[in-house]
Amino acid sequence: MHRTGDLFGQYQTLEQQKDSATLGMWLFLVTEILFFGGMFLTYTINRRAFPTAFGVGGNMLDLTLGTANTLVLIVSSFTMAMSVWTAQTARKKLVPVFLILTLILGCAFLGIKVIEYKQKFDHHLVPSLNFDISYRVNHPAPGDSPEEIAKEKKEIAEGLAADPDLNAHAQLYFSLYFGMTGLHALHMIVGVGLITWLLVKSLKGRFSATYNTPVEIIGLYWHFVDIVWIFLFPLLYLINRHLG
Amino acid sequence: MSGTSSSPGNEYQLPREHYINATYGIRSWLLTTDHKRIALLYLAVVTFFFFLGGIFAAMIRIHLLTPEGALVSPETYNKLFTMHGVAMIFFFLIPSIPAILGNFLIPIMIGAKDVAFPRLNLMSWYIYVIGGCFVLYSFFTGGLDTGWTFYTPLSSIYSNSAVTPAVLGIFINGFSSILTGVNFVVTIHTMRAPGMTWFRLPLFVWSHYATSLIFILGTPVVAITLLLAGVERMFHLGFFNPAMGGDPILFQHLFWFYSHPAVYIMILPAMGVISEIIPTFARRPIFGYSFVAASSIGIAVIGFLVWAHHLFVTGQATYSALAFSFLSYVVAIPSAVKVFNWTATLYKGSISYDTPMLYALGFLGLFTIGGLTGLFLACLGLDINLHDTYFVIAHFHYIMVGGAIMGYLGGLHFWWPKITGRLYPEFLARTAAIILFIGFNLTFFPQFLLGYLGMPRRYHNYPPEFQVLNVLSSAGASILAIGYLLPMVYFVWSMRYGRVAGPNPWPSTGLEWKTASPPPTENFHETPVVDWEPYDFVNRPDLGLAVKPAPHLAPAHGDD
Repeated sequence: MHRTGDLFGQYQTLEQQKDSATLGMWLFLVTEILFFGGMFLTYTINRRAFPTAFGVGGNMLDLTLGTANTLVLIVSSFTMAMSVWTAQTARKKLVPVFLILTLILGCAFLGIKVIEYKQKFDHHLVPSLNFDISYRVNHPAPGDSPEEIAKEKKEIAEGLAADPDLNAHAQLYFSLYFGMTGLHALHMIVGVGLITWLLVKSLKGRFSATYNTPVEIIGLYWHFVDIVWIFLFPLLYLINRHLG
Repeated sequence: MSGTSSSPGNEYQLPREHYINATYGIRSWLLTTDHKRIALLYLAVVTFFFFLGGIFAAMIRIHLLTPEGALVSPETYNKLFTMHGVAMIFFFLIPSIPAILGNFLIPIMIGAKDVAFPRLNLMSWYIYVIGGCFVLYSFFTGGLDTGWTFYTPLSSIYSNSAVTPAVLGIFINGFSSILTGVNFVVTIHTMRAPGMTWFRLPLFVWSHYATSLIFILGTPVVAITLLLAGVERMFHLGFFNPAMGGDPILFQHLFWFYSHPAVYIMILPAMGVISEIIPTFARRPIFGYSFVAASSIGIAVIGFLVWAHHLFVTGQATYSALAFSFLSYVVAIPSAVKVFNWTATLYKGSISYDTPMLYALGFLGLFTIGGLTGLFLACLGLDINLHDTYFVIAHFHYIMVGGAIMGYLGGLHFWWPKITGRLYPEFLARTAAIILFIGFNLTFFPQFLLGYLGMPRRYHNYPPEFQVLNVLSSAGASILAIGYLLPMVYFVWSMRYGRVAGPNPWPSTGLEWKTASPPPTENFHETPVVDWEPYDFVNRPDLGLAVKPAPHLAPAHGDD
């Protein structure tokens, strides 16, 4: 169906078009909840089965980087909401500004993720690639503080005492870690692509007070990706965390 | 325009311009956003997968002619029943009615120009084709031997067949369903013509709304499940591997959480077709419209609560099994409501036995048998004996073939004049329907007996005392095949030589029958305004039926 002005040919009014797009995006987000839900369920069942291994694994995640990522995403949701608001209130010049800020923050999140994943790779914590939960404590890098290594060594020893199959169960933990954060990162990459598309359009002045639905619905998508992380972060990083 | 099914003759001409001849060339089809053309694109590929699944079925039935197995090795036999299931379920049954008839009809039935997201609709078709390509690649590079259910750890670790591309193909195909579901729900909510209130919608639309709810809520779960199984296979992870602390039963729960609602995806659209055919050929409004509409939603909702009846023999907790058994009985209730209402619609109707009606009547009987035998399986004690026997196979084929496929064929025949502008040859079509009915029962009824006597499913051989029943079943399959081939031949014939149908050959009451056959690209030349109740044969002088005057049909639901 062809577009005349802002109205696509299958619709009778702009209001119908906006209602359809919005309902469509909400329904798609419901499917995403069910999609991630399968892995959340698997995580829950496995955590209940192997609490020790999941505790040990969780403490091997970098809390600083995880917290930084959480803050980055929350702020990016704010900048995204600002871009929606500027689009709705016809502040055309400001729309690209907030979209660019959101893009920067989104890419920052992905960059931090890459650093985290590299860390895990270096510590042999990637499942199926010579996974060994004790690798780091047995081969400390020059930059690792001795107290940290000692703490982790103690934790692994205690874990092995409670669960002789600690390595296998910790591999399950990290499979879920990479699966869930990886799927999330993929959705973020898609989001970055969508926001780039919005940026191009907004620089051409496409969005107005009467037509800003794409900004709104991609905003919805971005907020959803943010919410998934809000759930992931405590589940993976915070449960059974030893802060001392 | 008066018209019984046999009269139109030379009175009608095809409209000069319609959706098929509006634009020419392969690009105008492959890049179309017209829901009607997309429906035909689906028809082509869906028919191909039906053929493919049928070939596997034929090989199975030939192999089972003798107790030791007549055709293939045991390993190949495992591949045959697996590929039969995968092709038929994911690439034929699930898309068939929604993607073909649903896509074609829903916008017209609600008085819209197209679906809410036409480009997404086209993308759904491409996703379906790409998923199909991955699965075909799997079939032709070693096949698949895990069963369509992909139970772990066979699928995730031990199978030597092409599991990964197949799982990827089905994963991709799932998004075709999901996007179609989103498209339908939004279309039905926002694109209805003025006056088309929820309770004036045809029941076909209600059934597709319910189906779309299942598409949206269930399909993502099988997507993530198959993804997990595929990733486990590729990277040796361990979620479903007991040696690494994993649990194979977790896979089964996750898999059936979708796959049970999936069977309602397969039957609800067919029920919607039946709800359109029966009032038309009984010349009576449907009995209990709001109950039929509500039962569609009821089936969709309760259908999500019964999945573990596929796991009764896995050692689950007794009280859990009890709950699922109870709920499996409950889910039969809305289906029964429909069967009663369809039957009541027939009572004192003016019945004609055109081909769509033959399929609908066949559906009524065969679906009832299939549904009742489901209750046998829902009974915990009985299921211990019947699980993984031919009883289960007979049960679900009665529903999927005797129910869903009869609904699909009935719908194809019913709306063929609308889709092509031409009528199929009635005598040949009725003959084919009867051949199909006979062939179907001969194929699958013996399988109830075989199952009850203890013949296991998915086995390449069987004890010699079962041979007679197996031969009967295979003989029936050859008759069934004729029943399927005949329509393929005469439908193609009719596209060129069939009698021109006119807008409303039956006649029937829906909005789709008020526009030309075939319809123009924009469906209606003017947006219709609806001020009549559905299935109202009495207050429609334009149908040319000899009916006694009667008070206006009461609205199905209050004054909305």
